[in-house]
Amino acid sequence: MMSAPPIRLQGHRISRSFGGNQVLFDVDLTLHAGEVHALLGENGAGKSTLVRILSGYLPPSSGEIKVSGEPRRFRSSGEAETDGVVMIHQELALAEQLTVEENIFLGRELRRGLFLDRRAMRARCREALVELETDIDPATRVKDLSTSDQQMVEIAKAVTRDVRVLIMDEPTASLTEREVQILFSLVSRLRKKGVAILYISHKLREIEQIADRVTVLRDGHLIDTGLAEGRSKEDLARLMVGREINEMYPARSSVASDAPIVLEARNIEVPGAVRLASFTLRRGEVLGFGGVVGAGRTALCEAILGLRQRRAGEVLRNGKSVSFRHLRDAVRYRIAYLTEDRKGKGLVLNMGLRPNLTLLNLRAYCHPLISRQREAQAYAEAAKRFDIRLRTDVSTAGELSGGNQQKLLLAKVMSIDPEIVIINEPTRGIDVGTKQEIYRFIRDLTESGCSVILISSEMSELIGLSHRVAVMCAGVLTGVLEGDEVNEQEIMQYASGIKGVGGNEHRRA
Amino acid sequence: MSIVVPDNNKPMKRNVFRFDIKTWGPFIALVALAILGVLINPAFLGADNLSNMLTRSAFIGIIAVGATFVITAGGLDLSVGSMAAFIAGVMIILMNGLVEQFGVGITTVLFGIGASLILGMGAGFINGVVTTKGKIEAFIVTLGTMGIYRSLVTYLADGGTLTLDWNVRDVYRPVYYESLLGIPIPVWVFLLVALVGYVLLNYTRFGRYCFAIGSNEKVAEYSAIHVDRVKTLTYVLQGVCVSLATIIYVPRLGSASAATGVLWELEAIAAVIIGGTVLKGGHGRIWGTVVGAIMLTMIGNILNLTDAISNYLNGTVQGIIIIVAVYLQRASWKKNNV
Repeated sequence: MMSAPPIRLQGHRISRSFGGNQVLFDVDLTLHAGEVHALLGENGAGKSTLVRILSGYLPPSSGEIKVSGEPRRFRSSGEAETDGVVMIHQELALAEQLTVEENIFLGRELRRGLFLDRRAMRARCREALVELETDIDPATRVKDLSTSDQQMVEIAKAVTRDVRVLIMDEPTASLTEREVQILFSLVSRLRKKGVAILYISHKLREIEQIADRVTVLRDGHLIDTGLAEGRSKEDLARLMVGREINEMYPARSSVASDAPIVLEARNIEVPGAVRLASFTLRRGEVLGFGGVVGAGRTALCEAILGLRQRRAGEVLRNGKSVSFRHLRDAVRYRIAYLTEDRKGKGLVLNMGLRPNLTLLNLRAYCHPLISRQREAQAYAEAAKRFDIRLRTDVSTAGELSGGNQQKLLLAKVMSIDPEIVIINEPTRGIDVGTKQEIYRFIRDLTESGCSVILISSEMSELIGLSHRVAVMCAGVLTGVLEGDEVNEQEIMQYASGIKGVGGNEHRRA
Repeated sequence: MSIVVPDNNKPMKRNVFRFDIKTWGPFIALVALAILGVLINPAFLGADNLSNMLTRSAFIGIIAVGATFVITAGGLDLSVGSMAAFIAGVMIILMNGLVEQFGVGITTVLFGIGASLILGMGAGFINGVVTTKGKIEAFIVTLGTMGIYRSLVTYLADGGTLTLDWNVRDVYRPVYYESLLGIPIPVWVFLLVALVGYVLLNYTRFGRYCFAIGSNEKVAEYSAIHVDRVKTLTYVLQGVCVSLATIIYVPRLGSASAATGVLWELEAIAAVIIGGTVLKGGHGRIWGTVVGAIMLTMIGNILNLTDAISNYLNGTVQGIIIIVAVYLQRASWKKNNV
């Protein structure tokens, strides 16, 4: 229609490595004034790294950043903000004990002489909140706000600055449908004011609604970039995941069609996280759980295990109704859980390897006092079985590499000799070699008659390992895919709410 | 070949070496302090002086063994001093009251001791339950109970002093003043408590869970540990230790007042910290605590034996020792981790 609007922010041939691990390869990204540019990609595609580089949180290993045509080398996010490049974080970065108003002006307080000009700050804060159509009181403490209100404060914080480039990393992850619409109208107002917006989201439906331009990243490479018009959701989904599945994954063991159901969940409801989810798990089967981070997969499994409160629902183990009030109860029914947060929830980092290994099933090493010898013996066996190799003199779990930590955690979980293993993001942050070992281990488990629930945000992993895949979107279990349905496009469509149960209500009439 | 294969001996060796500094640090400091004591006054090494010193350190030491569990599991108990005073007060009132019924015999004393144990356990249980179920910081809960017990004992004594019946005291006296095999009974109790504590902390599930909870409560929860139960149990154990300390304390003076046990909580915490237990939890050592408690008493003892430094500066020297001890521990941590 018209010539392209002026360029506000440009990244040219941006690369970035962490240690020896390159995560971005010569990526170009151009943001024009008055445009919403959507950045798409799977988890781990390099989106977050790219935007952190663009907003000054991280320096690039190579490549150039230009603001309105002039090369810039941001040494901190503060420098980027002075240039009008502001980022809204995925994880909220607010000072909980301060009020909304104090947070919005944190680090750039308005002053009158020596003292804070509270009145001016309150006035400007009100203005910003009114523009966002929220009724948040500027004097409330942030910790008393709901997550979605906190998100609004984060947005208000960004728009009260003299913003020329606004980077939003999954801003709608914790917003309600109504708040999303308010956010979108705000985005279009900012767009009219000539602000360049970089919008990251997994929700293709949103992208379709607001993006002018899209860029797709995959494994750190630029895959596609161009106008949003003429690129359908389905095209984009395929571009995002389009990787071939190779022999990374061992052949699946077969599940008899009459294999007994070992675990069943009926209408599980977790406040604020899961709505009426039901599924079954057969003996010897891998049931994958797909969906974006925060879709409620972890909450669902943890509610079943007794790690979280659930409001309603029933769990059946081998057909009998059970109620796990504590993880110990689940362990008694030989269900093991491998957490996704191995540093925060899985291993005691400042403890030795042996105590970590035996912590879940310490009873087995007591008679009645803990036998150090049996612990050492168990460790030697686990090191062999799970191929834990220590190259240096490691004495605590925190000193292990990510892969070895994961193997140690796996060994710990397996120490209860489970029949059902719930594995949450087993390959996050570990190298390809270890990944393959873990895949083979999962296959061996099912072959020996165990059942596995596999929560993974890596699409290829789900498809390569699962017999069936349950997909969740925004707390709703949208569908359980079987056979030929288990492919990337289908999963992506169920995960973004285009298809399946509950997806309908999102569809526009 | 030997380059790739992990060398099992090497890491072990370094471990032992690393542990050396940290484990033996408090012991070395104790020996250094003892040598200083001898140099200042040869009477320091006299059997009388030593047994007197150990007897005095038994109160704080026994309480500090309990505190080691609480602190290792990431908690804190400020109420122990007041709790001791309160238990002592109730014991005295109870025993005085039972004289009429049971006479001045062993029975009366046993009732007192039993009451002490029940009170200690109950008070610890309250601290534990309020902390875990109420999800309130241990500092706040025990600050509260500290005030409560202190005022209760003042109330019971009507602002004055509760005194144990003279005749009962004669029966009870040996618990503090007598010796067994040449070692005073309080020292035996101290030793026994330390030994049991050592086994509990290092060789039972409970002890291991304390370490895990103190290091990372989330990990403990995800390891199917009943976190609240274990934490509550540490406070109950602390209560039992306070009760034992009180049982041997009461026959010493035969009285209790609002001034009984003042600042014991801080001395107990100091002993624990000097011994190498980490205040924010996750790492605890019973023998370190024992050494810490003895050191604190030893400082006062040495100052008594010399004129070079006024006895009134006892607190100053103790304070310096606490800070230096922790500084040295932190410094060695850092060196090992980098």
